Amino acid sequence: MATSLDSKIPSGPLEQKWEKHRAESKVVSPANKRKFDVIVVGSGLAGASAAATLAELGYGVKCFCFQDSARRAHSIAAQGGINAAKNYQNDGDSVYRLFYDTIKGGDFRSREANVHRLAEVSAQIIDQCAAQGVPFAREYGGLLANRSFGGSLVSRTFYARGQTGQQLLLGAYQALARQIGLGAVKMFPRTEMLDLVLVDGHAKGIVVRDLLTGEISSHAGDAVILATGGYGNVFYLSTNARGCNVSATYRAYKRGAFFANPCYTQIHPTCIPVSGAYQSKLTLMSESLRNDGRVWVPKAKGDNRTPAQISEAERDYYLERKYPSYGNLAPRDIASRSAKEVCDEGRGVGPGGLGVYLDFAQAIERQSEETIRERYGNLFDMYENITGENAYKAPMRIYPAVHYTMGGLWVDYNLMSTIPGLHVLGEANFSDHGANRLGASALMQGLADGYFVIPYTLGNYLATQMGKKTGRDRPEFKAAEDEARNRIRTLLSIKGKRTVASFHQELGHIVWDKCGMARSKGSLEEALQKIPALREEFWTNLTVPGSGEDINQTLEHAGRVADFLEFAELMCLDAVERNESCGGHFRVEYQTEEGEALRNDDDFCHVAAWEYNGAHKPPTRNVEPLVFENIKLAQRSYK
Amino acid sequence: MNFKLKIWRQTSGQTGGKFVDYQATEIPQEASFLEMLDIVNEGLILRDEEPIAFDSDCREGICGMCSLVINGIPHGKGKAKTTCQLYMRRFEDGETIWVEPFRAVAFPIMKDLTVDRTAFDRIIESGGFISARAGSAPDANSVPIGKHDADLAMEAAACIGCGACVAACPNSSAMLFVAAKVSHLGILPQGQPERERRAISMVRTMDEQGFGNCTNHYECEAVCPAEISSSFIARLNRDYAVSAVKEAATVT
Repeated sequence: MATSLDSKIPSGPLEQKWEKHRAESKVVSPANKRKFDVIVVGSGLAGASAAATLAELGYGVKCFCFQDSARRAHSIAAQGGINAAKNYQNDGDSVYRLFYDTIKGGDFRSREANVHRLAEVSAQIIDQCAAQGVPFAREYGGLLANRSFGGSLVSRTFYARGQTGQQLLLGAYQALARQIGLGAVKMFPRTEMLDLVLVDGHAKGIVVRDLLTGEISSHAGDAVILATGGYGNVFYLSTNARGCNVSATYRAYKRGAFFANPCYTQIHPTCIPVSGAYQSKLTLMSESLRNDGRVWVPKAKGDNRTPAQISEAERDYYLERKYPSYGNLAPRDIASRSAKEVCDEGRGVGPGGLGVYLDFAQAIERQSEETIRERYGNLFDMYENITGENAYKAPMRIYPAVHYTMGGLWVDYNLMSTIPGLHVLGEANFSDHGANRLGASALMQGLADGYFVIPYTLGNYLATQMGKKTGRDRPEFKAAEDEARNRIRTLLSIKGKRTVASFHQELGHIVWDKCGMARSKGSLEEALQKIPALREEFWTNLTVPGSGEDINQTLEHAGRVADFLEFAELMCLDAVERNESCGGHFRVEYQTEEGEALRNDDDFCHVAAWEYNGAHKPPTRNVEPLVFENIKLAQRSYK
Repeated sequence: MNFKLKIWRQTSGQTGGKFVDYQATEIPQEASFLEMLDIVNEGLILRDEEPIAFDSDCREGICGMCSLVINGIPHGKGKAKTTCQLYMRRFEDGETIWVEPFRAVAFPIMKDLTVDRTAFDRIIESGGFISARAGSAPDANSVPIGKHDADLAMEAAACIGCGACVAACPNSSAMLFVAAKVSHLGILPQGQPERERRAISMVRTMDEQGFGNCTNHYECEAVCPAEISSSFIARLNRDYAVSAVKEAATVT
């Protein structure tokens, strides 16, 4: 039976919904705030900003992260920037334009009301970060500088060199550190969430493992907030940090939270290509390189001459050819898919033919090597350090890599999941990016959720929980802890012959080949055959040395891969059920004559929210229709 | 490529440790140093031996989690890079490589090559911030900041908090780390109200956490992956001196 989903979107005109909702939201009195304890899992932009802000409001907060310090969460690696509708450039930007660009960029698969709210609070985020001392780039007059980014025609991206994520995260981390110092937040680093605890159907706690001692314990709270990031590492190789995982959100799914649109994954077009089987991660080269670099491959198949030997007439600048108006700045999904197409045709370059050239020769000729060095010097150095090649002399080789996941736990307008009390922020939720995220929008969403949305909407839930405090003495806590202990014991006792990494790698190959940049019914059905077989082998042939009583990084990895092995199936199932192409989800059966994504608005203009029914039953696909009251659905065109 | 490794193994913070010999064989020259260790660990796991514990996360040089001393140098040879950004092509085939954890009283070893750097968090908690409650900020352009100051603040703010500066310092001093934060915030107009309190309180916490003092060896600057300049230490000393004098004056 499908459940009907109430997104709790306020009535009234779009631009008044958030203001109206804030006015109508319940407020917990200062005296009562002290009585509530909030659990925040994750300390990236969303988690750290939420934990700090809720503590500032007077709530008791416990914050958990698996890294050794809250400052190391993977938001730190974001390079490019953060969007905000400040219109400081006087170039025609507005809340409406940011809203429209985001909806269009997301291929009309996100909620109007959520995206509008995001655009509204974007300006406040910049104010907040500047007040915290985030050293944004500035002009000589002392005012903030902006740059442009893919998928937009105005300059609204704020940045701090190529380290915007780092600087924004340090701002949030320092706000969090201040609250820790004041005793308002208790921080638990090197602590991993293993399960969610439900009491009378409400999220009232979590089970965690101390990664130093292996001790499994539980924590009770009045509400739980997950800000645990995306699931890109299901592909094994991605631009995510090694530790990024789906476990917190997936285990919440198994406790009843619906998982929305898991098939929406973003493949970033400009990464350094894979060089061998030993490789542990893929490195992103900032998208800003596409401002000056021209993307090309040889016109002829299997042409393995050096780039210098291939004349202009023998080169195919395919993005400029196919998308004359956006050219090399076409949105991420389009640029990635085009790279795959030319490589599939046998025109790829470098080892294995899995790469395309990003060529700066003309930019250097036009503007001098010095200018290019000033603009991208650190990226060229990074490229040379990793590949041993000098990109001033020969073109870079790039290839797409998994970068971000738009799908996540389903949340309503209050950012609450289908489990009362469980709230989900940042990349971990599904809400704002539809089927494709625009560059510089992830930082915006993480901070919007943490600084300016959850502090207002959490009260709507907590106001209903006065006098309903539960403690760890409830049997549900003991039961969840025991389950977690058993699982660890099982992982250690299989004593088979294959390593965790080999399973993870094989799973990654399956989903990359069958559910990557292009998917088909056939490839997905094949994946749905292979994944359960691999999972079965995992549980019978895995080997994890050591014990569960101290630092055991193999054991940590095993627990995460066990969840990826289940989650991968859900991702493929979602992809096979969505019979259309949209954004990052490209089904080869559904394309226009020119090879562009072909949406099916009649049948699929909705969110698919998956409901867990138990280990041996298929999950239920619930649907939240997307209603567009302000925007006319159109085919996305960047030509 | 093949390498002879001498790696520090230690079961816990309570026990002693020692160097153990390992062979790393058939390592592609494109592999990073940590990927080389991954390969060695895969071999150990298949022999049901405990793999070498070491920290890493982003593997692109920004999170600050990786923390190895390679042939005596924190993060290994080469300027301005973390351990994860060191590639095997920089080593000679057949070379012997010594691998140790960051060593400092304030960074106790927990297992093999992993250390506890929470002392850095304690220092930030004691004052490494600007108190700005969410919702209270004025328009971001209402406080112009000259490009020079903004750029200088950014240079200090680039610190990734890895702790290589401490590991390289003969005194295990955290002065470069503290100086970077005090300078980043102290250069900006937003950081002025708390400037003196910040300097004094962060330095005192640094001392309490067991870090040593600065005696101008500049080893910190030489190994810093973010190329934080030691001139920020001079700035910290000035801020500290001014606050300490004012504090003394207030007390009497």
